[in-house]
Amino acid sequence: MNWISDVVPPRIKTLFKRETPENLWIKCPDTGQMVFHKDVEANAWVIPGSEHHLSVSSTRRLKLMFDEQTWLDVALPQTPDDPLKFRDSKRYSDRLKEARAKTGLQDAFKIGFGRVEGQPMVIAVQDVEFITGSLGASAGEAFIKGAQTALEKRAPYVVFAAGGGARMQEGILSLMQMPRTTIAVRMLRDARLPYIVVLTNPTTGGITASYAMLGDVHLAEPGALIGFAGPRVIEQTIREKLPEGFQRSEYLRDHGMVDMVVHRRDMKATVARLGRLMMKQPLPETEAA
Amino acid sequence: MRSYLDFEKSVAELEAKVDELKAMGANGGGVELSDDIARLEDKARLALAELYKSLTPWQRAQVARHPQRPHALDFIHGLITEFTPLAGDRAFSEDEAIVGGLGRFRGEPVCVVGQEKGSDTASRLKHNFGMARPEGYRKAIRLMELADRFGLPVLSFIDTAGAYPGIDAEERGQAQAIAASTETCLSLGVPMIALVVGEGGSGGAIAIATANRVLMMEHAIYSVISPEGAASILWRDAAKAQDAATNMKITAPDLLRLGVIDAIVKEPPGGAHRDPAAAVAAAGEAIEEWLKSFAGMDPAAIRQARTEKFLAIGRSL
Repeated sequence: MNWISDVVPPRIKTLFKRETPENLWIKCPDTGQMVFHKDVEANAWVIPGSEHHLSVSSTRRLKLMFDEQTWLDVALPQTPDDPLKFRDSKRYSDRLKEARAKTGLQDAFKIGFGRVEGQPMVIAVQDVEFITGSLGASAGEAFIKGAQTALEKRAPYVVFAAGGGARMQEGILSLMQMPRTTIAVRMLRDARLPYIVVLTNPTTGGITASYAMLGDVHLAEPGALIGFAGPRVIEQTIREKLPEGFQRSEYLRDHGMVDMVVHRRDMKATVARLGRLMMKQPLPETEAA
Repeated sequence: MRSYLDFEKSVAELEAKVDELKAMGANGGGVELSDDIARLEDKARLALAELYKSLTPWQRAQVARHPQRPHALDFIHGLITEFTPLAGDRAFSEDEAIVGGLGRFRGEPVCVVGQEKGSDTASRLKHNFGMARPEGYRKAIRLMELADRFGLPVLSFIDTAGAYPGIDAEERGQAQAIAASTETCLSLGVPMIALVVGEGGSGGAIAIATANRVLMMEHAIYSVISPEGAASILWRDAAKAQDAATNMKITAPDLLRLGVIDAIVKEPPGGAHRDPAAAVAAAGEAIEEWLKSFAGMDPAAIRQARTEKFLAIGRSL
């Protein structure tokens, strides 16, 4: 304790605190360089210079994508919490409570309906802050609801995939989300509506092995970890070090699994262009002339 | 030579005594011995029945992985006549972790696919312990599409610890192959019946288990991750596999209750490995019964029924 905390009354202390947020400076995970928070925010949460793409919350992601940062939240269906009454080192029901308090989300998906360069789109974002973005019954239902909304609105469905895989605390019911979400993808195919997947860091396991690899087009943010088995599991199985860049976005593009690696600042324009081309829409008026 | 599981020790001792007495009898023993043998055999049988009546989930996992348990090819050879294996994904290679082909079930042409674990060192290596690479799933896709084209029902036999986690598998798109195989299952206009014969391991299993009816052998397990894997990730202690097995609900009775499977195929006393022929025959009865229920249904209705079945899972818990 220094002298000022003793002298300054409590109310003013909080005022001081607000002026110096903990995250005023952000350390680049790649280079260790310290960057001013405001500069990172202005650069779509990408570190200027190193171009390292930081994780963004689902709300920030939707703001980056929708025109005027405005959209309608898609109401997501309620599912039973903790159907298996699961407990590991902690109760699953407690993990859910904590994740909800931390993120303000019901579960791992946030879905919005709005305009992207004027074109109506449904955008679903998986938030890694919610139990690593893992896929359980609630996330599965949310994904399906997003697809149904796209069907109703005759709009493209854009999914920012992320997450470690199936949510183990829901046991077999999480595995069942793989076929269930695949059913939703098939509905979009039948309706000839574009389904665009954007792979973000990290996307592995049952998420990659279902809807995240079934898009009409696969985009990926630079440097994202994308794979089926996690790197640790593979290392333990083959007992050798993994090659540099293995299971990163660029590796998946080079091996034919991803169409393009897209910088976050170009993501909105890329998604909008793909949507227009697949939906046979004209160029937006400002550019058409 | 029968191999015993740890928890079968009491039965192993009784059966060893029976063998001992039989050997003595063969060396010129008298009438009294055969009484003793019969008594001991009864005792061993009762002990075994008692043991298997209340297996813990972790014990079931051991039975499901028993080295002498009948595997996919045992079921295929036992149930399918004129079995004609087909090979290759037409893109990269043949993957013998997934076996499949055409044949007749109860006289009617069908297509079969399954994961084969192998039954001795040579065949285990050949089949990569039932852990398929992308080409295995792409071969399954090819066979299922062929079945669809010719109107043949698909029977699948699930037995895998999971899809193979290796550099080459990732390089060739393991995740995409699994996703595409699941999607192919959902697209079929022919009935598909899946039987979990041993281990239904995660995405590697669901890729060929998204069927109209999912059956499970009594002591098989089916789970999102192996008990060992869950223990090391969630408890950070691989020794907690028993707790993980219990908490994850991986046994046939639990999965029937959760509405994930449709029926359980009874196994002979002491597990399928004690009488593989009886286990295979029981599976045949169940498959026949469930397959019959799709007779006369048109492709769209079969596809729709499968879709609705999976959409309903978990909605009424």
